Formats: sequence, structure tokens, C-alpha cells
Amino acid sequence: MAKFSRKGKGGVPELSTASLADIVFMILLFFMVTTSMRQTDRMVSVKTPAASEIAKLERKDLAAFIYVGTPMPNYQSQFGTDSRIQLNDSFKTIEDIRDFIAAERETKSEVDRQFMTVSIKADENVRMGIITDIKQELRRTSALKIMYAARKAGPGEN
Amino acid sequence: MARPAQQLPSASLADIAFMVLIFFLLVSTMDQDLGLQRRLPPMPDPNQKTDDVQIKRRNIMVVKINDADRLFAGGALMDISMLKDKAKEFLLNQADDESLPEKEEKTIEGFGSYQVSKGVISLQNTRGTSYNAYLRVQNELVKAVNEIRDQFSIANFGKVYASLDEDKQRIVRDVIPQNISEADPKDTGRKK
Repeated sequence: MAKFSRKGKGGVPELSTASLADIVFMILLFFMVTTSMRQTDRMVSVKTPAASEIAKLERKDLAAFIYVGTPMPNYQSQFGTDSRIQLNDSFKTIEDIRDFIAAERETKSEVDRQFMTVSIKADENVRMGIITDIKQELRRTSALKIMYAARKAGPGEN
Repeated sequence: MARPAQQLPSASLADIAFMVLIFFLLVSTMDQDLGLQRRLPPMPDPNQKTDDVQIKRRNIMVVKINDADRLFAGGALMDISMLKDKAKEFLLNQADDESLPEKEEKTIEGFGSYQVSKGVISLQNTRGTSYNAYLRVQNELVKAVNEIRDQFSIANFGKVYASLDEDKQRIVRDVIPQNISEADPKDTGRKK
């Protein structure tokens, strides 16, 4: 009889949770390595157009970003729904691009300056007028390496 | 009275680690920066006389997109799905057609001489063109060039362009240049 009664006693041994922390730390480290910190608050909504011939931006640290799109809903009462340009953390106009590029150039080291890429992140519904103005302004400041941000075309698209 | 050291409870450590993990998930971005890379032409010197570089008519293919995102390429209205083949035909000019671009004998370092096409694709748009349509057209044109490059790479090096080494990629780039010109805006209806 004693043989059988022993089975019911004690229940399931408690699972050791000591290694759980290690596992979570490992996930944490993975995320820290693969992601980058969010640098700017997006104030315009941008859905980049799809394209198939896209290349990766090689040096993200050497990039300057220009966002173009309609302001987010919480800014619309103040800035309207027309397409706006966002540089860093505020709405700007075409004329401000020159200073923005100059400031961005300053933050890069001397040798890397020539490799600076300006990434234009524009919403797919933006009209080309504003993009053309940006391009002309970039040419004037001789920031000639640009990239039209796009997302990879899904199946059935394009 | 040395008591045996009590084991520190480590159950909550996992919770703390989870909290840090969630914090990192919120503040970081994973989106890769992808896009079409282009080079803008430098601004012409204002002091310089504007002697336009005359490009022969046969060497230029005009691609226009209007306000309604309709496409006009090489003298005819066309659908975007046909643009790539049109551009390839223009850039390759296999039959040495009189109306298609000329070729120029060029010596490519590390490869030898090759008949390089002098064709230029000129992309024009209006202020009302949507960015989506513009980028799709750009994409098709880049795709045309990429396919020609791949063709050349496979024929000569047995591999696609992307898997060639740097030196060979340069050769292919020299042999098949990506001459897509984004024209100066003509009708800048901009209030100043």
C-alpha cells in the first residue's frame, strides 16, 4: 500500500524560475542589438509608396530625413490637412531645408560628409510639386545624394 | 551563529527584465530604411551662360506624367506595365535602329571596349503628379536598367549583378549606365 500512497503526495515539483530572467535578458539583448532608438516623433502621417527595386540605406547614421505628408490628426487643427514638411521635430517650410541640411552636415564627421544621404520620406498621396521644390532646394545646397523612401512591394502589388 | 545564507528570491527578476524589455520595445524602431537611391544633378552655375547641352533627339526618351498620373513615354500614351519593355528596347537598341540611341565605343577598364549606349531617359512631371505614380515610374525605369545589367552580368560573368564582386559591378555600371535624368521643373506654378 505504501507504494501507491507515495505517488499522490508532494504534487508537481515547483518549476524553477531562476533561468527565466536569463531568457528574458537574452531577448532584451537581441532587441537592443537589432533595433535603433526612435529619434524623431513623427508629426506627419507617412505611408511610403511600394517599389520593387529598392536598396537598403547603407549608413543610417549618415542620413538626414525629410518627412512629407499630411499632419497627424492631433496637429490638424493647428496645421491643417495640407501636406507639410517635417524636419527634426517641427513643421518647416521649403526655405528651412537649407539650414537643416547645413546643420545635419555639421553633425557628421569631415570624411563622412560627402556620403551623407538625404532620405525623403513622403506619403504616397503627396503631390510632386512639394517634392520638386525640395529637390530643387537640395540641389541648391548641393546635397545630391538622395533616396526616395519606399517599402517593399508585397505580392500582387505593383 | 552562522546561519546558512538564505537564497535570494529570483522570481521577480524575470518581471523586472520583462519591464526593461517592454521599455525597449516601445522606444526602438525596427523599420529598415529602404528606398530608391538617386543622384540629383548639380545646380548649374548661374554665372555660366546657358548653353544647353544639345542631346540628339534619337538619344533621348521623354517620359512624362501629367496631373492625372497618365503616362506618356517615347511619343505615345502608354500603360505603366509597358514602360519597362519600352525603356529596355530604347536602352539596348539591339537592331541598331536609326530612331533609337547611338552607341559609343568606350574602353572599360578591366573589360575591354564595349558599345555603350548614349541613351538618356528624361523623366518629367507636373506639380500635380502624385508621388506614388512618380515613384512607380521611377521604379519601372530602374527595373529596366537592372534587368539589362543582370543580362549582361550573366552573359559575361555568369552571375547576376548583385552577387558580383565590387570590381565587376563597377564594370557593369560603366557598360550600362543608369542615365535617368530628372528634368528641371518647367512649369513651376509656384507663387513667390
